Amino acid sequence: MAKVNPSFLEKVTTSDEFNATACMNCGVCSAVCPLEIELLPRKLFRYALLGLEDRVMENTPTIYQCLLCKMCEASCTADVHIADNVRFLRAYISKEVFKL
Amino acid sequence: MPLPTRHVIGLMVDNLRKRKSVFPIPRRKAVRWAKALDIPEGGETVLYTGHMYQLLPYMMAAVRRMGGMEDSFLGRFVGMGRFFNRMINVSSFISIPRRADVKRCRQLLRNIAGLLQQADVEFGYLYKAELYSGALAYDVGADDVFHAHARRVYDMLKDHGVRTLITVDPHTTNMMRSVYPTVIDGYDLEVKSYLEVLAASDIRPQHRVDQSITVHDSCVYARYEGVIDEPRELLRRAGYEIREPKNNRELTHCCGGPVESLFPKVAHEVGLKRTKQLEQAKGAGVAAMCPICMATLEMASDNGLQIDDISSYLVRAYGGGAQQPAVDESTDDERSEP
Repeated sequence: MAKVNPSFLEKVTTSDEFNATACMNCGVCSAVCPLEIELLPRKLFRYALLGLEDRVMENTPTIYQCLLCKMCEASCTADVHIADNVRFLRAYISKEVFKL
Repeated sequence: MPLPTRHVIGLMVDNLRKRKSVFPIPRRKAVRWAKALDIPEGGETVLYTGHMYQLLPYMMAAVRRMGGMEDSFLGRFVGMGRFFNRMINVSSFISIPRRADVKRCRQLLRNIAGLLQQADVEFGYLYKAELYSGALAYDVGADDVFHAHARRVYDMLKDHGVRTLITVDPHTTNMMRSVYPTVIDGYDLEVKSYLEVLAASDIRPQHRVDQSITVHDSCVYARYEGVIDEPRELLRRAGYEIREPKNNRELTHCCGGPVESLFPKVAHEVGLKRTKQLEQAKGAGVAAMCPICMATLEMASDNGLQIDDISSYLVRAYGGGAQQPAVDESTDDERSEP
């Protein structure tokens, strides 16, 4: 069962950097992604917006597989800053999990 | 089994923190490309390499080594390698470059400097004072270490009286033009890619090259920095017939390079897809504008696709590609693989 982590949720929703609330789940981003990984990016952002830190963390390798190529962002209908959002999650993992 | 992300990133970040580069190389090797080019030291306008071309042979060697470890028991020892790397520079053992790669990357930088000299652009170079931009640490989200490093780089540039940077690759351009201003208060450096500088100059070809060429746009140049028309303008002026691949300009297809260090197999698959698109454009060669694109696509191609840096194609027309001095052949590269 998925559990919401309130402190993770707060970091995501109060961040100036993470702007995935505009996502309409249209799926264009996932369709154009060169990696063809179902999780990237809209499903991953949905987990983050719901505060499901465990679901985000168990997909750490996928988060680092993102090419940051912005093919998704060039096609996004809602102006979501997808590359910045992925970097935000990486920064969270680097600091809180990897302790870099 | 993929390599342990935590330790691969950790090793590179530890290097940046301790040794000021994700892949530390001796400074004398980083500046060797400029030998006998008479580039003044320092100045208000400098050619800033960010060490990307210099590091490329070492990164390629590391990728080849790590690609072999990806599905083997050796992957479990990456953490141990990171531990020892804190005391001695382990990356210098796992990333011994091929001599030909080192020579090639030095020549590409000489091409770029030579093109700027042909265009009568005045610039200096910081030589051993120059530092890596920190691009890879930024991409992986190691923000604390990146911010400290960016500060170090900026202070170094200001101490040398630099006001304008001419950059040579898309990642460094993006760092110095778009990322550094977000982390350095009062950041005031002007940053231009050498392609932008050349396109705006009066440089004219000495010979017209009647050849078709396929252009591979770097994602970072095309979608982050808007450098799309300038390379095409320079190629057209030189007489090249440009062939656009299926995904081009703002919709260019990634080469896979950004994940080469962590996920070599994924990078290869992405790169292979792109090489197929480039082949279908049927140009006599492919011009890449990024050293990482060039290397990744070459490694991914299963058909011997001719890929070269755009500077190589430009010097054929505009001149300026001074060959490396003969003395460079075998001195400091004794440890390089052939």
